[in-house]
Amino acid sequence: MNEYTLPIVFGIAIGTLSRLFMLRTDYRQYPTYLHGKIIHVALGFIAAGLGTVAGPAIMEEEFTAITFLTLAASQFREVRNMERNTLTELDSYELVSRGKTYIEGIAIAFESRNYLVIFTSLVSTLAYLIFNIWAGLIAAIIAVIISHKLMSGGKLGDIVEIEYMEPRFEGAGLYVDNIYIMNIGLPERQKEVIRYGMGFILKPKNMNARSTIANLGQRQAVLHDLSTALGVYRDSGTPALVPLAKRDLDDGRVGVFVLPQERDIERAITVIGDVPTLENAIRMPSEKKSNEGSGAQ
Amino acid sequence: MILEKFVLAAITTNPKKMPSGTAVFHCDSKEEMEKVAANLEAILDGIAHALTEDLYIIVKH
Repeated sequence: MNEYTLPIVFGIAIGTLSRLFMLRTDYRQYPTYLHGKIIHVALGFIAAGLGTVAGPAIMEEEFTAITFLTLAASQFREVRNMERNTLTELDSYELVSRGKTYIEGIAIAFESRNYLVIFTSLVSTLAYLIFNIWAGLIAAIIAVIISHKLMSGGKLGDIVEIEYMEPRFEGAGLYVDNIYIMNIGLPERQKEVIRYGMGFILKPKNMNARSTIANLGQRQAVLHDLSTALGVYRDSGTPALVPLAKRDLDDGRVGVFVLPQERDIERAITVIGDVPTLENAIRMPSEKKSNEGSGAQ
Repeated sequence: MILEKFVLAAITTNPKKMPSGTAVFHCDSKEEMEKVAANLEAILDGIAHALTEDLYIIVKH
């Protein structure tokens, strides 16, 4: 046992705990159950180790040891691949698929959480080494709070207004408000759709939101989350009962049509509001400086 | 090969509206047409769309 043993143990413990803290299982069903969790906690432990040893390396003036962290980058890019591959494989067996954009978002979240663990471990070990264990603990708490802030992205509820709208038929065309969803020919199917179907209108609050919810991946994420939370009235071989989201080209509103098992309007609105705005779907046309000269790139 | 957006069959009660190049099912009444369309929808994994009162098509999406 030397002077670094305790700080290293402390850093690893804090890092692993912060990964546990960031590990969420909710209605979206990730990181799934026991074995999925073990993988993420184990990788969190490795990340904590990598972050922790950087502290003593700095103390010993072994600056080349910091390059060790590059190992972490490649290691955790692998985590992202693993998560992406698994979810892509499983997506074809979902009744309402997640979509590639959502999967990529989840994969990015897992990779970045490991980097947050490295950051937490590094900061708390350094504080322990430079000051004392109490400083280490305070640094750990601050780092966890920062991590928590960084890991939570925006929600759809922040950028759109959600309104319930009874779906209706005009001839064979199914409409939610004035948005055309699809053509359903069989009267029997139409009755089913009216009986079980629910329609929602997502009204964007600004131009940025308008572009974001226009993204097909973002719309698929809404349908998936809604179908996971409320159940879905469909089976394989019933493509007419697929939930759909279509856009009004005039004002950018999106009409969502779903067939849930449980027709609970309040809950459905809450679920739609809680759908994460996918990083890959976010568009910010307002950030574009259109006033720049035409030659400017 | 995966078929996408493809007309698999047409069901009609009007011989004049018979499309060419796809399987056509002639029916005598609207009820029969609906029944055939419902069966074909289940068999072919497609959606029955109503183009007009007397012409349904089954489309793979």
